[in-house]
Amino acid sequence: MSDNGRDHLQDGTHIFIVYVEDKPGVLNRVASLFRRRAFNIESLTVGPTDQPGISRMTIAMQADDVVARRVEANLYKLVNVLRVENVTHIPSVMRDLALIKVKADSSVRAQVLQMCDVFRARAVDVTPEALIVEITGTEEKIESLCEVLRPFGILEMVRTGRVAMTRGSEVPSVNPEFVSARVPNGTAS
Amino acid sequence: MERAGAQIVWEVLTQEGVEVVFGYPGGAILPTYDAMLDYPVKHVLVRHEQGAAHMADGYARASGRVGVAMATSGPGATNLVTGIATAMMDSSPIVCITGQVPSAAIGSDAFQETDVTGVTLPVTKHNYLVTDAEDIGPTMREAFYVARSGRPGPVLVDISKDAQNTSIDYVPAESPARLPGYRPDLRALPEEYDHALELIEEAERPLILAGHGVMMSGAMRALREFAEKTQIPVAMTLLGIGGLPASHPLNLGMMGMHGEAWVNSAIQEADLLLAFGMRFDDRVTGNLKTYAVKAKKIHVEIDPTEINKNIAVDVGIVGDLRETLEILIPRLTNGEHTAWLEHIDELKGDSAVRDIQSLPDSGTLYAAHVINDLWRFTGGKPIVVTDVGQHQMWEAQYYRHEKPYTLITSGGLGTMGFALPAAMGVRFARPDEEIWAIVGDGGFQMTQAELSTCAQEGIKVNVAIINNGFLGMVRQWQEFFYERRYAATPMHSPDFVKLADAHGLAGLRVEERGQVEDAVRWAQQEPGTVVIDFRVEQEDSVYPMVPAGADLHAMIRRPSPIVETAEDEVVGGA
Repeated sequence: MSDNGRDHLQDGTHIFIVYVEDKPGVLNRVASLFRRRAFNIESLTVGPTDQPGISRMTIAMQADDVVARRVEANLYKLVNVLRVENVTHIPSVMRDLALIKVKADSSVRAQVLQMCDVFRARAVDVTPEALIVEITGTEEKIESLCEVLRPFGILEMVRTGRVAMTRGSEVPSVNPEFVSARVPNGTAS
Repeated sequence: MERAGAQIVWEVLTQEGVEVVFGYPGGAILPTYDAMLDYPVKHVLVRHEQGAAHMADGYARASGRVGVAMATSGPGATNLVTGIATAMMDSSPIVCITGQVPSAAIGSDAFQETDVTGVTLPVTKHNYLVTDAEDIGPTMREAFYVARSGRPGPVLVDISKDAQNTSIDYVPAESPARLPGYRPDLRALPEEYDHALELIEEAERPLILAGHGVMMSGAMRALREFAEKTQIPVAMTLLGIGGLPASHPLNLGMMGMHGEAWVNSAIQEADLLLAFGMRFDDRVTGNLKTYAVKAKKIHVEIDPTEINKNIAVDVGIVGDLRETLEILIPRLTNGEHTAWLEHIDELKGDSAVRDIQSLPDSGTLYAAHVINDLWRFTGGKPIVVTDVGQHQMWEAQYYRHEKPYTLITSGGLGTMGFALPAAMGVRFARPDEEIWAIVGDGGFQMTQAELSTCAQEGIKVNVAIINNGFLGMVRQWQEFFYERRYAATPMHSPDFVKLADAHGLAGLRVEERGQVEDAVRWAQQEPGTVVIDFRVEQEDSVYPMVPAGADLHAMIRRPSPIVETAEDEVVGGA
């Protein structure tokens, strides 16, 4: 995907993988923390892991390294948070999935499908007037596809937000016995 | 054994060694109140749930144990919120138990239903909604554990009425449930200690900033040993007062907005700050950009999120303060900072002349006189609980605390109405001590209904109302920063002596300085709660003052009738 083994990140975007106990209200606690401390979430996805009772979040946010450390420390302070991994500077695969409903009658359908081919997107629903296109990839790739589809008329779109996984065979413990006392370096002010 | 959820609440409270619960019953908590009668736990009926939370807080701060407050759903629970937020800001361990509507009705806007876990989420260390009787026992054990461990704080357990009513086979848990994500015992890396020791060794003008953490971790002796061995002077935060005896030669006094001028000057001139269990609150730092710019900083703090939050530090040591100091002390070399200590002495300069104690007697009763006299005539032995405002700052300046845990005050949240109920909580923690609540006429009226609780419980708290007929601190800001436009600060009060009388309590009015000693003696001898209405100078101000957001060294000093200097300039901005 990119030359340093890491998918493209826009300047100032930090990506956290957060393992949490799957308990009621945990999403609320995480969201409330970001709101209360005035941290700005770009996207947040959450879903189950292969371990029962443990959910995994991917959080993308705008922050410098200093704020990112504060976020990490604050996340650890939540009782239900098991592990926080800032993968911003770790070679990782990052993906976003989008479903795009494009206006496409028979006169342009072939043209739209051709575009989709270029982006390795696939049509998952076809009606006489429209297509639903599914694409998985980096944010940048999805945005490029949107650009080329826009002239045909995008009727509706949904995106999952970013999910991330570090490269390599190492599997981080979901709930490590010890976490170093991660003291955020420097200050925000 | 077969137990209803409501009984399990008391089973756990008993198991946790809870002696007293402060609360107010209501529909959704009724089953638990009914079960209460079968358990040997004292219950104090408050007059407003805010009082219950403050009492639990006062109890916790004076005892070192977890305080407990109980309330019903909806308004009962929301009334707790101010008290919970107060405990949160000052890291006070309390557990609040609230009733919730039956689980089937949750989300239906039922009568007295409020999303209490939602409401209290940002002001609790953690909270729980329990809708299954099976979960009550383990959850409550967890709640006590979370409240008192690490950086302590308030925990709320909201229990639905049906869970209270359901009977289950109850087996008491031996130890609190394992909380896999909860890490209250973080420690620093060894190289951080080395780095800190190097900085201490090199420093010529070092200063310790001692905060609430000194007392929270029981580090009083370690702090003293550390300071004496290194000969580093110590400045206190408001909540740190008592962490080192006021008379100790290395104790400089309080820092910050109303701190001593020489303390703030010393901070600005220091080349090393050792922040021990404090969090660089804005009331302590003033303008962050000009704060102690010459100083390297070492921050010892149990909560990693506090390190580098407001002030960038050179060494951040995460951990319990006492443990950390005990690791460092054997590795310290004996220090000497004669020149620095002499310089600080010089900084004190004309402070004594400016001190209100030195002003010629004008026949007016000054709050500072009252508080200083109270200290002298009681020998400084009582536990003092203050409210928030001018009297709170004068207390910090003119009452000299030799012992830890003898000043209890709402520092972080600055909650008016705290003093009376918190002092009542202290009474249950320290039954044999003399207790004084020092409170303004404004704050007192916020929670004065608790006088009725004092009367019902037959408990003794000496209440000193510093009555100036104004919301004094706000008036002071209006005087300094709003051209004396006294918007909504003049305040009419009831006759506090009659108010005491109406409660069957003793009251007294004091208008002259000569009456203060007799009033104190009288209060000490009265068997029950007394209310003394000290009618003090109406428009006195707390000096020195660093205006909010101003540089720490830009202090407004008390205009002195004896010494007039260029430093008397008033610094603007708020």
